Amino acid sequence: MSRKKKLASIFASFMMAAGVLAGCGGAAGTSGGGEKGETIKIGANLELSGGVASYGQSIKEGIDLALEEINKEGIDGKKLELVAVDNKSEAPEAISGATKLVSQDKVVAIIGAATSGNTKAQIEIAQSNNIPLLTPTGTAADITVKDGKLNDFIFRTCFIDPFQGTVAANFAINDLNVKTAAIFIDSSSDYSKGLAESFKELFTKEGGQIVSEEAYVAKDTDFRAQLTNIKAKNPEFIFIPGYYEEVGLIIKQARELGISVPMMGADGWDSPKLVELAGADALNNTFITNHYSSGDSDPKVQEFVKAFKEKYKDKSPDAFNALGYDSAYFLADAIKRAGSSDPKKIQKALAETDGLELVTGKMKLDKDHNPIKAAVILEYKNGEQTFKTKITP
Amino acid sequence: MEQLIQQLVNGVSLGSIYALIALGYTMVYGIVKLINFAHGDVFMVGAFIGFYSITVLDLGFLPSLLLAMTTCAIFGVLIERIAYKPLRNATRIAALITAIGVSLFIEYGMIYVRGAQPEAYPNNVVSIKSFEVFGIKISGQSLLILAVSIVLMILLQFIVHKTKIGKAMRAVSHDMDAAKLMGINVNNTISATFAIGSALAGAAGVVFGMYYTKIDPLMGIIPGLKAFVAAVLGGIGIIPGAMVGGLVLGVIESLVSAAGFSLWRDGVAFVVLILILIFRPSGLFGKNVKEKV
Repeated sequence: MSRKKKLASIFASFMMAAGVLAGCGGAAGTSGGGEKGETIKIGANLELSGGVASYGQSIKEGIDLALEEINKEGIDGKKLELVAVDNKSEAPEAISGATKLVSQDKVVAIIGAATSGNTKAQIEIAQSNNIPLLTPTGTAADITVKDGKLNDFIFRTCFIDPFQGTVAANFAINDLNVKTAAIFIDSSSDYSKGLAESFKELFTKEGGQIVSEEAYVAKDTDFRAQLTNIKAKNPEFIFIPGYYEEVGLIIKQARELGISVPMMGADGWDSPKLVELAGADALNNTFITNHYSSGDSDPKVQEFVKAFKEKYKDKSPDAFNALGYDSAYFLADAIKRAGSSDPKKIQKALAETDGLELVTGKMKLDKDHNPIKAAVILEYKNGEQTFKTKITP
Repeated sequence: MEQLIQQLVNGVSLGSIYALIALGYTMVYGIVKLINFAHGDVFMVGAFIGFYSITVLDLGFLPSLLLAMTTCAIFGVLIERIAYKPLRNATRIAALITAIGVSLFIEYGMIYVRGAQPEAYPNNVVSIKSFEVFGIKISGQSLLILAVSIVLMILLQFIVHKTKIGKAMRAVSHDMDAAKLMGINVNNTISATFAIGSALAGAAGVVFGMYYTKIDPLMGIIPGLKAFVAAVLGGIGIIPGAMVGGLVLGVIESLVSAAGFSLWRDGVAFVVLILILIFRPSGLFGKNVKEKV
């Protein structure tokens, strides 16, 4: 059975290669020779089924759209061919998928996975085979740097968790002009603690004062006692870096207790459930940081939204779509600058990325392979996320 | 000072929910000497019935509350008839383990039926405005909770002390065999106890949903345990004890949070349980009865 499948897949790839060769033959003629036209294979190792299938599918939609555009011109006459494997949202499947992409399909780079865990599972394979691995949405800090050592073949398109805390502090001080803030964290989540830490650091450095720090644990339902404590300290702003299940209740209860100051969180709030839990009224005057907004007036974003809606039946692209799209462009740009399909040269070019214009902002990589790029601030107005501003670090 | 009073208001609201659940625990224990661990899950089922009758059947608050109470009463009787009745003469540990099994069965049965995702109670069911008294914010809903709890509690006292079935309950609780000899239908009395206790849990579920918005299939576990602590605190088997125990526990939790130890809140609730068991095993309202061995 598996032998038959293998044979079939080899046969299929032969046919594809033949087809592409024939296609490129014509193109080579017009471009006046150069290298013999062939395709460059890139892999995608994504969560196309299983628990977080919606993440992987959204990313793939973005990648598909980007490749369609890139292949109109090609890179030095070559087209990019995507080999996608489904890791079923499980780390062991992600490992075997990566092995297949590297050893069987001979891809020059892999895009994936959507979650930090499934990305970490592939790091070893990418590192030992010298194949660049690019995660669109893995935000955990220790993907690219582990124990102080850089994983030199690992890259990401999204910003990392602590960055959102910095952006929030920036926004609170410069746009909302607040001097005092309270922090309310989920003490059972590293994500929440990481964001709070970076918020606090920048906020106090910029002259702000943290007047109250309270905590809860995931699954709590009663936050009134902590909120009463916060209210007594009269902060002008409350930072709540948690997930939507608890945050929805916190906001509702805070407003009931008469706390009317602006509240802010990060991408953990981003779910339609938040609006149901908190209620549209209570959510007014709250903000979140996120990777991208389809309401951003930037022409590059609007162009992307338009192209995406054309291809996907009027669906409005979310942050995962945008980051998938950007990952493909990020990689294509590096392949172009490398002038070769040698994975090592691509790795070097990826690391040198500076000033690349993407849908999710102008991007530069720092020495830890983490993108330095803009984050958007969204404001909830009557239950709808509206684009507020973009903060460039 | 304002802050302290506000925290007391928070605590009383939380405590009235504990009290409502604790009443059911205490009634069942008082009669069959069984800690009904599935009680917290009946509370959860009540919350969901309330939710669906508000959103799907489009009922108002009071009809939803009554529907949830009725359904939970029937559900409670079914649990008793199917799971506990065959074990009435078995060892107490066997009944206790069955109770835990029933609890898990209801929780994961619910997840199987509708999934584990949480649901949000609609905000506009009762429109009582919050108001301020001397700078203390009291939400209309917390008053509603307190009102519902007190009304149900008075009703319960009336049933237990002034009606025939109440008299039967007290008799069975006192001595099951003697009651049987006096011609009391013990089975029906026990069923009635489960029905009343479960109806109270169902009411608590709806009120909880109104007040805290978020409900999910595992929501009954922690309130169930806390209510158990409240019942023991007041003296298990004693109805006014459950009420007072619930309120005291709610206030203790709020004060612990107010003192800045919000992460210790759950821990303190169980420390209270341990202290009570060590120093006053029969609870605040309990009489010290020596058990004959």
